[in-house]
Amino acid sequence: MIAEIGHFALILAFLLALIQGTVPMIGAARGDPAMMAVAKPAALLQLGLVAAAFLALIHAFTVSDFSVALVARHSHTLKPLIYKITGVWANHEGSMVLWVLILALFGAMIAGFGRNLPATLGARVLAVHGLVATGFFAFILFTSNPFVRLSPAPAEGQGLNPLLQDPGLALHPPFLYLGYVGFSISFSFAVAALIEGRVDPAWARWVRPWTLLAWCALTVGIALGSWWAYYELGWGGWWFWDPVENASFMPWLAGTALLHSAIVVEKRDTLKGWTVLLAILTFGLSLLGTFLVRSGVLTSVHAFATDPDRGVFILGLLILVTGGGLVLYAVRAPGLKGGGLFAPVSREGALVLNNLLLATAAAVVLLGTLYPLILDALGGGKVSVGPPFFEATFVPIVVPLLIACVIGSTLAWKRGDLSGVWSRLGVALVAAVAAAAAAAWRAGIEDLLAALGLGLAAWLFFGALAELAGRVGVGRVAAGSVLRRAANLPRSAWGMTVAHAGLGIVVAGVTASSAWQTERIQSMDPGDTVDVAGYSLTFRGVSETAGPNYRAVTGRFELERDGRLLAVLRPEKRDYPAERSQTTEAAIHTTWLADIYAVLGERSSTGAWTARLYHNPLVPWIWVGAIVMAAGGAVSLTDRRLRIGAPRRARRSPAVEAGAPP
Amino acid sequence: MRPKRRRLAFVVCGMAALGAAAVLSLAAFEDNIVYFYSPSDVAERKPPPDRRFRIGGIVVKESVVRGADAMSVSFRVTDTANTIDVAYTGVLPDLFREGQGVVAEGRLDADGRFRADEVLAKHDETYMPKEVADALKESGRWRGAPEGAE
Repeated sequence: MIAEIGHFALILAFLLALIQGTVPMIGAARGDPAMMAVAKPAALLQLGLVAAAFLALIHAFTVSDFSVALVARHSHTLKPLIYKITGVWANHEGSMVLWVLILALFGAMIAGFGRNLPATLGARVLAVHGLVATGFFAFILFTSNPFVRLSPAPAEGQGLNPLLQDPGLALHPPFLYLGYVGFSISFSFAVAALIEGRVDPAWARWVRPWTLLAWCALTVGIALGSWWAYYELGWGGWWFWDPVENASFMPWLAGTALLHSAIVVEKRDTLKGWTVLLAILTFGLSLLGTFLVRSGVLTSVHAFATDPDRGVFILGLLILVTGGGLVLYAVRAPGLKGGGLFAPVSREGALVLNNLLLATAAAVVLLGTLYPLILDALGGGKVSVGPPFFEATFVPIVVPLLIACVIGSTLAWKRGDLSGVWSRLGVALVAAVAAAAAAAWRAGIEDLLAALGLGLAAWLFFGALAELAGRVGVGRVAAGSVLRRAANLPRSAWGMTVAHAGLGIVVAGVTASSAWQTERIQSMDPGDTVDVAGYSLTFRGVSETAGPNYRAVTGRFELERDGRLLAVLRPEKRDYPAERSQTTEAAIHTTWLADIYAVLGERSSTGAWTARLYHNPLVPWIWVGAIVMAAGGAVSLTDRRLRIGAPRRARRSPAVEAGAPP
Repeated sequence: MRPKRRRLAFVVCGMAALGAAAVLSLAAFEDNIVYFYSPSDVAERKPPPDRRFRIGGIVVKESVVRGADAMSVSFRVTDTANTIDVAYTGVLPDLFREGQGVVAEGRLDADGRFRADEVLAKHDETYMPKEVADALKESGRWRGAPEGAE
């Protein structure tokens, strides 16, 4: 019964989204306030309906109602409660319900906080949002209904893929979807602005918090996914340039570009057409990502439940949404008034460079990801494009971006000068050279590129700090006024510093772990000792243990350095009888400067075990840095100018605020 | 005139960036693309030993032989029309099973054995790599998705 209520709520939400997508749009065109007023209650009610459907699904999973086919296929009575709940979105149908729940949440947030939006723009944004939602409701109801009943109901479910019974992956999809779906808000704003025919600094200020929120969530989501792949898949790696990973990375790159170009629209009232285009493309890439993941057209190591029919539906949605947006753009963008001209050496010039390079990087990743599809369609044979391609193309594009990022952030708006760069960033340059030299000295000159990578990381990190120090006047004014200036600095400036410093931390982690990973794969008898990058690991045999819904063989490795016992690593091989599946649980000891990572392999006929042992220098920095980046975005989000619901902004004219100095 | 020239400058910069990206991509494609062959493709085309490629198919039942040190393993991969011997040293992914789909990357050695240096893991035991499914279809032995696949 509860499942039927959920199903019914979804159908109602579908019809309501259809109304939300059409009536306010017509109302805005006719200037009919009554019709426009439909949008807000529709968006709020839609959230209520989708929440009801979602709760119905959670209920079915928690009580293990196996008469619901989805629950029977993906759950099991012995599964811990937390994984029963997260199992709701660990499958295709449930994850699409999560998707529309987040979509409805964002719609309700626009309706609730968007009081200060001009009536027609607000109505149009919600209408476009309603149309996008209509597409997804149709997708769920026609191809992926989560509430289909099974008769007769089985006594026991088939269980959840054990790899997914994991806290990292329980949180990964919600964050990823917050990101993907958040970009749909930027899209709705862009399309509404094209229909309005007006893009101005006020528009950019409304779009930016949503983009920022989506970007933060996507950053966290990608980091969680990569962290999960690192500790759960047991390959010692954290990024494989797999199509599914690229699917989330492309919208991130485009969204990062959008975040920066919206600043130029806000501050300088220019670059409007490009920003609108980016907003459309970013959401287009989010949809493309969903299509690639769900359709299974590309061979991915991460491919879960795929179904070509669903792929075709999403492809249709992708073509409709992106194509429609682009056609509208082609028709209306020439009418957008361009802003003033600007000098190449200026903050806005640097942001244009940022956008060029980020867009190129996204294009390269897109090319590499889709190339196997294109070649196959042209009859050129089946190929796979692996990490070497992406490393050879992505890195040369991103390195200039990272170098310029620090310099650009110190330039003034309108007219910057490069001559002051040394005085502003000299400290950072010294730190970068020192870091590179230290790395080259320790690791040897043959790893020059990796040493330069560490120098680049130091450049980013200390450059971000130096920019902040320069801004608050460290070394120029008295300590008291430094503190006062720091306190008065807009949160967005703090946010930028934190995010760019976080990027530096990520670059350090990526460089060191890629260049200096030590891998030992070998067969070990109990008592054998293996030396890994100065640590010694002694194998002490295995024991059998039992978990709530699995049996495990646990290995015991004593980790020592200089004769001192640091930790006991207990990697496991788990066997899940309900799912007829095994997983490998890596054991990781982290010093925050490096991870020692142990995986138990197979048992040989003579009783020896294979072990895979890794030393991954600086690898935790990747995730720490990503979290710092997202935190920077969050700090920026609390900026008074951007606060989503700031009621005082309603009373102030946007034009006055736009004129205020940064 | 000036705004137009500015715009032109940006367009030129953009084109330069994309051009550079294209050159990088083409150069990278040249070296880094890995072709996929089914065991029948390998039998027909005989890729040279220096060529890195992927093979895919079904692991033949009871063909997996582990070496004494548990590190080296050999097995046979078939698309039902043709079969190829594969040798691999390392730890196999958890979901590697006899009778199930597999994708391996490596080179042919002089004896025509496939020396894999990577055997790809799949997260889902019912998942059939698309290339493997296509290869099976081409050899005319496709019997639909394996049991339990969605």
